[in-house]
Amino acid sequence: MKPFAYLKPADVDEAVLAVAADPGARFLGGGTNLVDLMREGIERPATVVDLTALPLDEVHDLPGGGLRVGALVRNSALAADRRVAARYPMLAQAILAGASAQLRNMATVGGNLLQRTRCPYFYDRESACNKREPGAGCDAIGGFNRSHAVLGGSGSCIATHPSDMCVALAALDAVVEVRSVRGVRRIPIAEFHLPPGDTPHVETALAADELITAVELPPVPVAVRSRYRKVRDRASYAFALVSVAAALEVRDGVVTDVRLALGGVATTPWRAREAERLLLGGPANEEAYRRAAEAELAPAAVRPGNAFKTGLVRATVAATLRDLDLGEEIG
Amino acid sequence: MRVNGAEEKLDVEPWVSLADLLRDRLGLTGVKKGCDQGACGACTVLADGTRINSCLALAVQYDGKEITTIEGVAPHPLQEAFVRHDGLQCGYCTPGQICSAIGMLAEHAASGADPAALDEAEIRERMSGNLCRCGAYNGIVDAIKDVTR
Ligand SMILES: Cc1cc2nc3c(=O)[nH]c(=O)nc-3n(C[C@H](O)[C@H](O)[C@H](O)COP(=O)(O)OP(=O)(O)OC[C@H]3O[C@@H](n4cnc5c(N)ncnc54)[C@H](O)[C@@H]3O)c2cc1C
Ligand code: SF4
Ligand code: FES
Ligand code: FES
Repeated sequence: MKPFAYLKPADVDEAVLAVAADPGARFLGGGTNLVDLMREGIERPATVVDLTALPLDEVHDLPGGGLRVGALVRNSALAADRRVAARYPMLAQAILAGASAQLRNMATVGGNLLQRTRCPYFYDRESACNKREPGAGCDAIGGFNRSHAVLGGSGSCIATHPSDMCVALAALDAVVEVRSVRGVRRIPIAEFHLPPGDTPHVETALAADELITAVELPPVPVAVRSRYRKVRDRASYAFALVSVAAALEVRDGVVTDVRLALGGVATTPWRAREAERLLLGGPANEEAYRRAAEAELAPAAVRPGNAFKTGLVRATVAATLRDLDLGEEIG
Repeated sequence: MRVNGAEEKLDVEPWVSLADLLRDRLGLTGVKKGCDQGACGACTVLADGTRINSCLALAVQYDGKEITTIEGVAPHPLQEAFVRHDGLQCGYCTPGQICSAIGMLAEHAASGADPAALDEAEIRERMSGNLCRCGAYNGIVDAIKDVTR
């Protein structure tokens, strides 16, 4: 690993100032992604600003039933929070579907939002990768792309966003609060992760000197009945091929409220707005669920390696919504 | 840092991982390195009682913490249970498995659940961060089940 300077500020102002003064500085949360990438030589910060002493590790109630989650809350602590389990079961399930218990004990909410892709060519420094080296080309597009995106890609990059947690955050309309020397900004999750376009190395709306301080979850009554379902190559401890975060309310056989987001298939955590629009007010049945998934996939660009994902999305969306509507009608 | 109950004053470069510090500087070679990428669990240790992968932990981040390795838990009933149930073949993953199981049982207890209710599927899921190349999984699960009964 390339040598670097190390700072461990005790308050937020100090952390923000340290990075503002040093363009080669990077924040460090649990380290489960950054330390790995530094060891591989893909990330080479001159200074590492350790955030783990900051007082941003609590979950607070918001008026109206929402939650404010500090950026340094560990993934395991968020999944174990009883309010999360009661109000947003899809979020607790999504976190527990990711990584391993040891990694979730280390990983922070801020780090999870910013974790980088698992595209094998991004990790392999011998391969051409526009994300690692802008302008170098993309070996995945004509190569081994079983794990890659069918939605949101470009001619420059088709890497999937790997986070499970973020798929639930997308379904829940979370808001990311960030802070820099210029002040505080609030970024809706839908605008936080950026599609690759011509600049796949620019992954989020966050500026290099901005610190994530919190994630706010608005009240989402329908999320009380929600699920996260992840399909992967083995039962546990693998990244998603396809995942679905869904919340559903059905009255008299009609969908009266729905949230749907997809993971493993897109370059960003993918809110399925077209599918939601079709489902709302329509019948709560298998055929409608499949048709909605189909409509969401209309802009999909498939390649030989990942063409199987469209069928898997239809089946997984339908299965997740079936799980939620079975015997769960509201009188 | 306190390691296995003893106060250690160490001067360490910020790029040294906790796994390397424990193995190379303190001679605690019960901490194994399988992948050095967070993927196998062989390097699992307890930090203030919480299981972590020491290969992805910078040692400096754990300044002031209480670190426990397999050397610090011995003798432990899980060790005997692993032997009794053939929870190992080559033994390379075993220190990580045992530290992980100790952390797992503490997490389970903190949730207020009854340890005797841990069934095989749940043990497997909760222990999925520890791989075993020898495939001793059945013995590992039986050993963990044994200490909860
Ligand atoms: C073997 C393995 C398997 C995994 N499997 C899964 C999986 O199945 N599903 C899944 O979702 N994830 C998985 N992960 C990824 C894991 O969830 C992430 O590594 C973790 O969430 C990152 O959090 P961290 O706090 O450790 O981030 P770090 O590594 O500390 O940081 C990651 C990035 O975020 C930045 N950063 C951190 N905090 C802040 C902040 N507050 N403000 C601004 N910038 C910040 C850092 O500068 C860095 O660029 C896996 C990881 C490994 C190693
Ligand atoms: S898909 Fe993106 S991350 Fe993967 S090789 Fe192409 S440019 Fe790099
Ligand atoms: S050596 Fe740390 S997880 Fe494999
Ligand atoms: S006993 Fe050999 S790796 Fe597990």
